[in-house]
Amino acid sequence: MGAPFSYSLRNLWTRRLTTFLTAAGMALVVFVFAAVLMLAEGLQKTLVETGSYENIVAIRKGSGAEVQSGVDRGQANIVETLREIATGTDGKRLLAKEVVVLITLPKRGSDKPANVVIRGISVTSFVLRPQVRIVKGRLPNPGLSEIIAGQSIASRFRGGGIGETLRFGMRDWTVVGIFDAGNTGFSSEIWGYADQLMNAFRRPVYSSVIFRMRENADFTQVKSDIENDPRLTLEVKRETKYYADQSEMMAKFLRILGITLTIIFSLGAVIGAMITMYAAVSNRTAEVGTLRALGFQRISILKTFIMESLLVGLAGGLTGLFFASFLQLFTISTMNFQTFSELAFSFTLTFEIIAEAMAFSLFMGFVGGVLPAVKAARMNIVDALRAQ
Amino acid sequence: MYILKLILRNSFRHRLRTFLTVLGITIAILAFGLLRTVISAWYAGVEASSASRLVSRNAISLIFPLPISYKEKIRQIEGVKMVSYGNWFGGVYIDEKNFFANYAVEGKTYLELYSEFILPPDQKAAFFRDRKACVVGRKLSAKYGWKPGDSITLKGTIFPGNWDFVLRGIYKGRDQAVDETAFFFHWDYLNETMKKTIPRRADQVGFYMIGVERPNLAAPVSAEIDKTFKNSLAETLTETEKAFQLSFVSMTEAIVIAIQLVSFVVIFIIMAVMANTMAMTARERIGEYAIFKTMGFGVWHITGMIFGESMCITMIGCAIGIILTFPAAKAFGAELSTFFPIFIVEDKTIGLDILASLVIAVVAAIFPAWRAVNIRIADGLRRIG
Repeated sequence: MGAPFSYSLRNLWTRRLTTFLTAAGMALVVFVFAAVLMLAEGLQKTLVETGSYENIVAIRKGSGAEVQSGVDRGQANIVETLREIATGTDGKRLLAKEVVVLITLPKRGSDKPANVVIRGISVTSFVLRPQVRIVKGRLPNPGLSEIIAGQSIASRFRGGGIGETLRFGMRDWTVVGIFDAGNTGFSSEIWGYADQLMNAFRRPVYSSVIFRMRENADFTQVKSDIENDPRLTLEVKRETKYYADQSEMMAKFLRILGITLTIIFSLGAVIGAMITMYAAVSNRTAEVGTLRALGFQRISILKTFIMESLLVGLAGGLTGLFFASFLQLFTISTMNFQTFSELAFSFTLTFEIIAEAMAFSLFMGFVGGVLPAVKAARMNIVDALRAQ
Repeated sequence: MYILKLILRNSFRHRLRTFLTVLGITIAILAFGLLRTVISAWYAGVEASSASRLVSRNAISLIFPLPISYKEKIRQIEGVKMVSYGNWFGGVYIDEKNFFANYAVEGKTYLELYSEFILPPDQKAAFFRDRKACVVGRKLSAKYGWKPGDSITLKGTIFPGNWDFVLRGIYKGRDQAVDETAFFFHWDYLNETMKKTIPRRADQVGFYMIGVERPNLAAPVSAEIDKTFKNSLAETLTETEKAFQLSFVSMTEAIVIAIQLVSFVVIFIIMAVMANTMAMTARERIGEYAIFKTMGFGVWHITGMIFGESMCITMIGCAIGIILTFPAAKAFGAELSTFFPIFIVEDKTIGLDILASLVIAVVAAIFPAWRAVNIRIADGLRRIG
């Protein structure tokens, strides 16, 4: 026969302060645990959504990122003639030659400088990136010094809003449109036409060539065609892979930090739970003895105490998650170490994270409660009854 | 004396509970110390930089170069003592995971400007004599087992190709704060190769390092330099080395703030644990406090006893935590040397550790003390467990 569930519940209520403090400690741990997972998820989601699987990026061999890469016009034209490249509705090839550079811009309010990606695009760039939509204003005119800014640039950087101007390359550039690229890295970029920007920056080479393959083309074939062509010094990646590689270091850093913190913090919380449960057991020695005398089995005593501890874990987990869910309102912007450029991403809560955080808090409760519960279950009836 | 003994005895009445609490506080203080050290490591580059050195770079952003012809123009500006220059090379040793900073610099002036890099005279001479020579920091050479005379190949990310170097010298830092994981080689080697392979990119430098005669000249000299190149194809942005380093740190500020927040969260967690311990202790002893009151002991006596016990447990944990911080920081620093070349526990961190423990001890004791003081004697005596 098991002890009633309400017994565990009411015991927790009797020692409200202690229960509250233990659960609060656990809630904080769960909060940090969930926050780190949400951050890593947000970063990953942003970078994964930035790339699309059908797009192929060609950059200079060994450069690793568009900013460091250089593809001269001749090489870009050779790539354009490849058989496997798809043709768009207008009969032109689905290929964009882009130039990517960094400029330093001051943030609104704090005036702190940050490196912002400015991407020189071709007309096809919008076809290759359907996630980019103009939400305000219009597209830039290819013949004028006009640019469009991603939403997170427009709101966070001075001179990034519509109608404002930015000065670089000895020219004033007017922001004529704001684009929304959803949860992607493009939202942290400024776009202008490549020919204008290459002129302004006196940079006669492209940074990358992005194209889409024909329906039934084979990626490995395209890859080997380009990488083995003696005229080309390029390497080819799918866009998804390219952006995943870009965040490798950052993701690794977050992972190391997250795991270390979580382990250390959970030790603290487990200790807290253990203290509480040991106290609960020793305070209730006589009670346990009575229960045993009434005929409750050792196993049900064990269950009761573990249940109590799990309930504390559950309360802590729910509270922690409740507060962590508000983090979704925040956007983090930081410099990606690998590209030296600003990237904005937000905390993202998924069902997996909820499940992991809850499992984690229950686990903490279990670990904290199991030793005291064993102690309670192993008590001798006579000794326990005599206590007081 | 008598009350101290009582506090000590009381603290260890529940051995297991005290042990667990002390363990919790030790872990928390250890974590807090490590996190604060991570933050100071983040700012290590700023701390180590000098106020009498200026950095000039392209005003658009770091990735744009400046022409080498600016060197003489900068040298003519009043207050400038010395001009050195270089490029961030961004080379990769075997694999991208083996990250370390590598620069192409004008060797003679650079080593003169950075007097904190100490290089034996014979190694210095050997470095100047050989165009393919490189100099690395002590920690970096130890990490990869390099000895003078070894040849090292870096794969260029910004400057394409494989670049061969011969290690000619290993520098030591003048003090602990100097980064000993950097890699330098001759800018001439880079430039001559660029002239052959990509002539468009030859005769360009990434940054100028400028030594000024007196630190208080830094502001007028940097304004003068920027004025000289205003409205040219390559406008400059000149600031002190400290400001330059700080601008890097501020770009990753979000992470620093997150770590800072988290370091306080750990203190809150342990505050909850400690408060819990004290609350339980006080509840169990409510009867004793009532007896104390009956015997005529004052409010301050009882309060002092509770606060003393809280302080005693916290301080033991704090002391162990601080002692453990040093070996932990050493192990952590060795593991993360790619991210943080300098990882030293500062005195300030220890101070914060102690401050945090004091706060924990006081906060944990407030509520139990309030309860013990306010309970009526009869209620206290009646109450069981």
